[in-house]
Amino acid sequence: MAEPLVALKGLTVDFDTGKRVVRALHGIDLEVTAGEAIGLVGESGCGKSVTWLAALGLLGKSARIGGQVLLGGRNLVGAPVAKLEHVRGRRIAMIFQDPSSSLNPVHRIGRQLGEALSLHLGLGGGAAEAEARRLLDRVHIADAGRRLQDYPHELSGGMNQRVMIAMALAGQPDLLVADEPTTALDATIQAQILELLGEIRRESGMAMVLISHDLGVVAENTDRVCVMYAGRIVEDAPSDTIFGAPTHPYTQGLLAALPELEGPRRPLRAIAGVVPEPANLPPGCSFAPRCERAIADCSRAPPLAAELSLGHRVACIRAAEARA
Amino acid sequence: MTALLEVSDLVRKYEVRRGAWPFGQVATLQAVDGVSFRLEAGRTLGLVGESGCGKTTTAKLVLGLVPITSGSVTIAGEPLPPIGSMEWRAIRRRMQMVYQDPLGALDRRLSVGRQVMEPLAIHGIGEPKQRRDKALAMLDAVGLAAHHFDRYPHELSGGQRQRIVLGRALILDPQLLVCDEPISALDVSIQAQVVNLLLDLQQRLGLAYLFISHDLRMVRQVSHEVAVMYLGRIVEQGDPDRLFAAPAHPYTRALVSAIPVARRGRRQRLVLAGEPPNPVDRPGGCAFHPRCPFAVERCRVETPALRQLGDGRQAACHLAEELPKSLAA
Repeated sequence: MAEPLVALKGLTVDFDTGKRVVRALHGIDLEVTAGEAIGLVGESGCGKSVTWLAALGLLGKSARIGGQVLLGGRNLVGAPVAKLEHVRGRRIAMIFQDPSSSLNPVHRIGRQLGEALSLHLGLGGGAAEAEARRLLDRVHIADAGRRLQDYPHELSGGMNQRVMIAMALAGQPDLLVADEPTTALDATIQAQILELLGEIRRESGMAMVLISHDLGVVAENTDRVCVMYAGRIVEDAPSDTIFGAPTHPYTQGLLAALPELEGPRRPLRAIAGVVPEPANLPPGCSFAPRCERAIADCSRAPPLAAELSLGHRVACIRAAEARA
Repeated sequence: MTALLEVSDLVRKYEVRRGAWPFGQVATLQAVDGVSFRLEAGRTLGLVGESGCGKTTTAKLVLGLVPITSGSVTIAGEPLPPIGSMEWRAIRRRMQMVYQDPLGALDRRLSVGRQVMEPLAIHGIGEPKQRRDKALAMLDAVGLAAHHFDRYPHELSGGQRQRIVLGRALILDPQLLVCDEPISALDVSIQAQVVNLLLDLQQRLGLAYLFISHDLRMVRQVSHEVAVMYLGRIVEQGDPDRLFAAPAHPYTRALVSAIPVARRGRRQRLVLAGEPPNPVDRPGGCAFHPRCPFAVERCRVETPALRQLGDGRQAACHLAEELPKSLAA
């Protein structure tokens, strides 16, 4: 096996609310190999975003982070800010859901791109401008020279997301973490942005973690998918397996809850109940109260992830039966 | 037979200023540009399209929340009375709206029960005791328990809040519910719960829905008929199964092919160039022609009208019958 680019080992996050400490992430194990595209799916509050914000030390003071985040053999958890700054943007870049709130509204696009270029590559003046122009070309923004003079509000949501991608590419990262990059965009623009991300990955060999609640988006754009529920990865498998033979009852439930665009219409199978709050997790398997197949043993202890076949891990004590 | 809701040649224009005040000239933005449709009792019309295409404006025009520039809206054969009049208030009882963001639509300082009862008080229906009983029955009908009556919106989940919004809309026994992106703010597993509830309520109460969404799969799931809008106009309308399986308009094709599919076996994708133009700068001829891969000279000059295609479907495209089958259909 190739050495992973980034390895999360038993990553935990506790938030100190002042009154009590609430655990949001319960030990995430995840490896990203160079050039790989991984999808992280799950409902809001399941910890998809927190995982990567924690890994990059972006969670602020109220968060306590445990476990390890290994990048090239060095642990980033608890690393000094100076060291993290060498990682953020340069090794691992991140883009977010709402591009217009990630950009500074009072500075021109060119200046914001220039800032990233001077931070990561030490470029300034004409060299920075030429590079900024090249980056905008790279993300297919027409008339790059003029767009550098624009403010974010003068561009559409899709264009702003392209600018964010250009900015993320400025440091030539090995891994791009895209946190719901197309959720705020219209369907035809979403298709354009996903096409662009795929193209960049094919050409540069950059790895990508795609965080999304949209199973379709993840299915089409990743090699491997991790399904998260209540701060844990419950299923981790190649994309074809997740969508062809989902094994965890939660993954199965998510897929059954999605309507189809073709074929006969069938009633949607909703998952009963709601996602538990992090402060009030049920004992044992967090999904047990909503699970149709739960048995008494499910409430004893959180199930450990077991490898069912090569590269397919499921955290469910009834996984073996489910597959049969 | 008179339809419950009939909309004909609906137009809404806004005056906007280009550039900063007081400079820049005044321009006209045509948010809705000649929309016509009918909706029978107990049926669902799905309205789809991208942001800015006029879906929400159409919904507001239908309810009389925004004044109409020209065209007409008739409710069970009667024209929509002037906004704010007594007659309008009376008719609004029969038509309610459900918005995307349930927390924004609810009053955070009022308990769930009081909010569900409020429409009864506004319309002066029943005594306090009866109102309370009716609200409790309504909570039950939308899948909430009696103990939710004294709770506040922040104590409930997104799905439960949307159930309250539904309960509040339904307590006046309306015939028409206008749902503007009712499930977009909810998680996947909760979306299915709310959609199943909407279908169940329709069956039990004979409600008609004007269902606005950008999620084509959900629209197909709930609709008896679908209308696709682009820049203020309906560009294709028809039976959802046929329309999504074999779209006639190139824009519908692009929308359908833009949907990522969870199941593998990829289709060819028609990725459109560019973005929807600003409605102030509506392109001449067919408004879609600058983004359309099939556009010919005629599309640049002549605006296509919505016309029948034979199988009960209508499309506004000069080339609807001649388009190649292959590209992302």
